[in-house]
Amino acid sequence: MTAPADCRVAFSAALLELAAADPRIVAVTNDSVGSSNLKAFRQRFPERLIDVGIAEQNLVGVGAGLANGGKIPFVCAAACFLTARALEQIKVDCAYSRRNVKLCGMASGMAYGELGPTHHSIEDMAWMRAIAGLTVLVPADAAETDRAVRAAAAFDGPVFLRISRMKVPAVHPDNYRFEIGRAVCLRQGSDVTLAANGTVVWRALEAARQLAAEGISARVLNFSTVQPIDREAILRAAEETGGIVAAEEHTVHGGLGSAIAEVVVEARPVPMRLIGVPGVFAPTGSAEFLMEHFGITAAGIRAAALELVEQKVAHGTPARTGN
Amino acid sequence: MRFLAYLCEIEYTEHVAPDLAALANRLRRRSLRMVHRAGLGHPGGDLSAADILTTLFLGILRIDPLQPAAPNRDRFLMSKGHSSAAYYGVLAMAGFLPESALDTYMQPLALLNGHPDRNKVPGVEANTGALGHGLPVAVGAAMAARMDGAAWRTFVLTGDGELQEGSNWEAAMAAAHYGLDNLTLIVDRNGLQQGGATESTMRLNPLAEKFRAFGWAVREVDGHDHAQLLSVFRALPFEPSKPNCVIAHTHKGKGVSFMEDRAEWHHRVPTAEEVAAAIGELEAAAP
Ligand SMILES: Cc1ncc(C[n+]2csc(CCOP(=O)(O)OP(=O)(O)O)c2C)c(N)n1
Ligand SMILES: [Mg+2]
Repeated sequence: MTAPADCRVAFSAALLELAAADPRIVAVTNDSVGSSNLKAFRQRFPERLIDVGIAEQNLVGVGAGLANGGKIPFVCAAACFLTARALEQIKVDCAYSRRNVKLCGMASGMAYGELGPTHHSIEDMAWMRAIAGLTVLVPADAAETDRAVRAAAAFDGPVFLRISRMKVPAVHPDNYRFEIGRAVCLRQGSDVTLAANGTVVWRALEAARQLAAEGISARVLNFSTVQPIDREAILRAAEETGGIVAAEEHTVHGGLGSAIAEVVVEARPVPMRLIGVPGVFAPTGSAEFLMEHFGITAAGIRAAALELVEQKVAHGTPARTGN
Repeated sequence: MRFLAYLCEIEYTEHVAPDLAALANRLRRRSLRMVHRAGLGHPGGDLSAADILTTLFLGILRIDPLQPAAPNRDRFLMSKGHSSAAYYGVLAMAGFLPESALDTYMQPLALLNGHPDRNKVPGVEANTGALGHGLPVAVGAAMAARMDGAAWRTFVLTGDGELQEGSNWEAAMAAAHYGLDNLTLIVDRNGLQQGGATESTMRLNPLAEKFRAFGWAVREVDGHDHAQLLSVFRALPFEPSKPNCVIAHTHKGKGVSFMEDRAEWHHRVPTAEEVAAAIGELEAAAP
């Protein structure tokens, strides 16, 4: 495993490269040049970095206007303020208007730990995926962040990118190919599926390794696209493993787990467990403390998987053909 | 602890102001220790607001730590919630928190979160940390007092960069429209925001004229001069049927030579050596 990385570094490196090749790319920020890691961008392209000050509604509106004028704006702000404060601008000016705006929610989830619930962005996947026509990407490591930024730039339409600042180890190989809308199978398995995205993917992989040692074969799926969700991968997982644990650095209400459950409940009901923040505002503590507190950990995922496997045995759910 | 009431009784500004200067510097020292200990925080804004906070809490606000939810208390809303070390510190000075609680700042499961939570800390009126929330809530509070014919007053402290949020200007319009002369906005006008100067990031000037154009009565003071602060707050309301705006000219990082007017101290955490040097300077200025 490589040293854990802050995905903002890969984000800004990719953006800089794209901007060098395409003059339409501009960055828009809300007094967050430092925290969005855009200092190098500002140095290289001072006239293509627009700081609107501490004004997120204007930030997103201006982004939409820049898109109207033929630019490809990367609108960068802390995920909490970007999505909560400018929700209607995202809905109306970006998604409903089908504008080519790239919304970059930085330091998502509980990365701001001790700074508290105002700074936690644990509702953003729910809000963003509830908006029609908005592509929602949640990369899991530096390589995937790099690919997701490039895919977002190449894609014609509004995209929300959820960029963490909690350090994550690499879960993808360097030659990884990312595709919008496709969940990535990081580990094959037939007894249970562990679905995760963002900062939780490496934890799910770790859980799968622990489960393997106990004789349980866990499939690990990285749902780095939350919208549109990969129905095929979900249906296969339900069919072939008979149970799904979904884990996310987000409230369990409306995020990745819910997106998966919406497919499962209609098309192939199987037991599920949802791991995340259980509908509360987090107490005081560092990001890693809060992940432990809510059991968004390898241990938490492993325990939920064991429950599902036991439930399957108890109910005699036939495990379908594995792989 | 009836400390506040005691200070409120004192008539003569010249007697109170030196006490406040010493207390404000104590608040600065305490804030820096808290930020250092937590390894996180926003020391620049703590220091710029310290004189405003001590003046309000120890000299102006009609509040009682023994009855933090008394219906007729004055309301103070800390809209620049990132300056929480100074805010908790002054709440402790005013008797709302035990001094020992300050050591728990941002510790796991502590009540003293990085940004204030009214459901955890007595005396806190609004959950802030996302900028641009205090003034609209303060407008509502002032309206409620008006509806009840109550004498309590509402004060709200914002940063200057914070005023770039449009919500403030929506609230400013409403406050003037409803003639809320029981509302006072204090702007911590330190000229800096997170990444640099307000005027080069997103120009605010002419700030006083903006508020006047919105229908407010505006006064400008030196936000580090307790005598000026006391007399301006004692002159409230400035004009009948107009909301009050006090633009307090301040320096971010005030009181510590190597922090003053430097944007990096917005959220830089001082090292142990820097804390010691800062405390030395602050003690020399006002023991
Ligand atoms: C809605 C929102 N956007 C962005 C931030 C991030 N932020 C925290 S403090 C700050 C700068 C505030 O500057 P100012 O209001 O001048 O405060 P002061 O100088 O008194 O510290 C920023 C951008 C935030 N807390 N809330
Ligand atoms: Mg300021």
